[in-house]
Amino acid sequence: MLRIVLNALRTGVVTTRYPWEPSVPPDRFRGAPVFRAGSRLPPPSVCPTGAISERFDEQGRHVGLDLARCVFCGRCAEHPWQEAVTVGRDFELAARARDDLRIEVVADAPVAAAAPPASDSSADLSAVAVAEAEAGVKAEIRSVLGRSLHLRHLDAGSCNACDWELTALLNPVYDVRRLGIDFVASPRHADGVAITGPVTRNLETAVHRTFEAIPDPRLVIAVGACAASGGMVGEGYASAGGVDRVLPVDVYIPGCPPRPEAIIFGILVALGRLDARRALRTS
Amino acid sequence: MALATLVASDETTTPDADLKVRYIFEPTAPGAPDQFVTLLVSVDPARAEVPSLTAGIPAANWHEREMRDLFGIVPLGHPDPRPLVVHDGWPQGVFPLRKSFDGSRRVSIEPAEEFPHLAATGEGVFEIPVGPIHAGIIEPGHFRFTSVGETVLHLDARLFYTHRGLEKRMEGLSPLDAFSIAERICGVCSLAHGLGYCEALEHIAGIDVPPRARLIRSIALELERLYNHVGDIGNMCAGASFHYGTATGLRLKEALQQMNERLAGNRFLRGLVIPGGVRLDLSNDVARDLNTTLEHTLAGLDGLMGRIEANPSIVDRLDDTGILSYQAARDLAVAGVAARASGIDRDARRDHPHGAFADRAPLDFHVVTASAGDAMARMTVRALEARESIRLIGELIRRLEPGSLQTILTDPLPGGRIGISAIESPRGAAVHWLRTDSHGRVDRYHLRSPSYHNWPAVALAGQTAIVPDFPLVNKSFELCYSCTDR
Ligand code: SF4
Repeated sequence: MLRIVLNALRTGVVTTRYPWEPSVPPDRFRGAPVFRAGSRLPPPSVCPTGAISERFDEQGRHVGLDLARCVFCGRCAEHPWQEAVTVGRDFELAARARDDLRIEVVADAPVAAAAPPASDSSADLSAVAVAEAEAGVKAEIRSVLGRSLHLRHLDAGSCNACDWELTALLNPVYDVRRLGIDFVASPRHADGVAITGPVTRNLETAVHRTFEAIPDPRLVIAVGACAASGGMVGEGYASAGGVDRVLPVDVYIPGCPPRPEAIIFGILVALGRLDARRALRTS
Repeated sequence: MALATLVASDETTTPDADLKVRYIFEPTAPGAPDQFVTLLVSVDPARAEVPSLTAGIPAANWHEREMRDLFGIVPLGHPDPRPLVVHDGWPQGVFPLRKSFDGSRRVSIEPAEEFPHLAATGEGVFEIPVGPIHAGIIEPGHFRFTSVGETVLHLDARLFYTHRGLEKRMEGLSPLDAFSIAERICGVCSLAHGLGYCEALEHIAGIDVPPRARLIRSIALELERLYNHVGDIGNMCAGASFHYGTATGLRLKEALQQMNERLAGNRFLRGLVIPGGVRLDLSNDVARDLNTTLEHTLAGLDGLMGRIEANPSIVDRLDDTGILSYQAARDLAVAGVAARASGIDRDARRDHPHGAFADRAPLDFHVVTASAGDAMARMTVRALEARESIRLIGELIRRLEPGSLQTILTDPLPGGRIGISAIESPRGAAVHWLRTDSHGRVDRYHLRSPSYHNWPAVALAGQTAIVPDFPLVNKSFELCYSCTDR
């Protein structure tokens, strides 16, 4: 016992100061890709998840990037696209609306500023509508929760990487309990749910039941590319293709998986303690 | 010979116009030649039946049920008629891995009867249902205990909740796009599964990966094993309510995952390996950083194991808990730590050499085994293997010579060819099987993860323990659901 205490003292404090101090990811870290407007941008076929799209109008070719789908593989920044795309370092990407994660730039034309986000699919429009209609409810949640949050984790068919990052939030380095955030065993004790995975067919019933068991008002946080958009799994015979196909989502956290600080950022966004990604960040 | 994997495929659109079932076996003796023996059965799509092998080869059990669910090939005489992979009112006569099935559309969920769990009955016997959603941050699966008091009579595990249809999803993709999926079948086996897919593909392409890239691949594979083993030891402490051990394991694992991010740009080592080689070099700076991290890990691990071994209340929880006998491990073709802790001397790094283990200058490398087959044996094997990985990484770094990182793949790949590989992942040997179509795209890919063969062993070992010890037994195997369910 004494040895354990001595060892603990010798180890000292290992806990990060994030979010009070910024977290600087290592040099090789791959964050959000940055598309340079007016350059020769890659075609959609370069991206393995379909995060890159294109459309044409009188201005020229518009290239879209969907950060909810991106798995941060860096392939779009490789030869011969390295002039047009750089691997960025930004990982604080959580957004309240799916559309805030869509970026569009005009390629092959001297346009400096980024265009406003495209909102084409009806599913996303409804997500925006839901977000606006529920703004009042969310404010209520925040006042009810008193800036602390108890979450239930729900694995809806993840590869387990996002799950292990949620586990990491409880390790001595991230220790999210210092921020008033904790994970609880029962949905009935929870204020919301952190969902990982694209919602598989075999889990859809369990996902609904868990959600129903959480007292209203409740937050839904989609953690990682699969939950936020279907990601690499997409839609198919065994997968719904993202949490917002089956439940209303309050916050989307991109990443494959999101690093622990990115998840902390997203949870604080959900609580209204930090600002969500809204403005388009393009160079 | 033991069953390594079983692969069904729909080749109705090829000149053979049939369904095929391949039973793939491997030798079981330590250090036996690197071989796979395939028994190929051509099945008439109009009468899709094969005799079941499960009664003679228990390891074929889940494989045959999966083949029935996904291909509609019926294993005649199989003792278990229940579906395995498809749940909740899956439509009759629809087989998602047949080529004629369009996998890109959702299949609606129909109200279903309660799943017929295998349960014992009798006076004083009761059932305890657990899952699929668990009371912690864990993957989903359902466990049905039947018990008398605390004694487990029977344990029935129902998995495949995280079945995402990834094998179907990879079909028709370019080899590079399919790689991005292979790397994401499982989080904590990302490197191993990405590597296994690459080795199967490189086998088809007939190319050699440059020596420096092979060394970097093996360094990363040992790093993956190390962060998992250290974290798993911590998690076993959680199962035994030793919180200092849990926190220490998590802290050591965290330091290693931060190292992963500095090496690969991703905490799960994604983006390091690529078909043909590696994308990122191991610079001298990173190598120095890695050496320092490993020194700290070794000191931390030695300290933690010292605390565990000196603590009789922990040792008592682990000793004789969740016993898997040598014979059961053999029958179920159990892999990895679980097999070696039950006395099976097999390790794909030696028996199916890959990466730097296939180098001509042999690595001095020791396969760790134990005989008790209990939770303590599995913890000890992990601790010794973790130390062995630290030593191996040092040795592999010393062997690095300047050289290229990638061999260019033939584009397109040769059509209609098969590649097979076995990689020793943190959980044990994973067998990858890949076949290209006539355009050199992925026609069929199958992964038999170590967890796939080990889950039935967890259910068996669980029956030797009391109900409250099941979390500990489960953590002592520490299996993945995602690479079982795919
Ligand atoms: S970094 Fe993102 S956008 Fe670029 S290729 Fe990879 S997944 Fe696609």
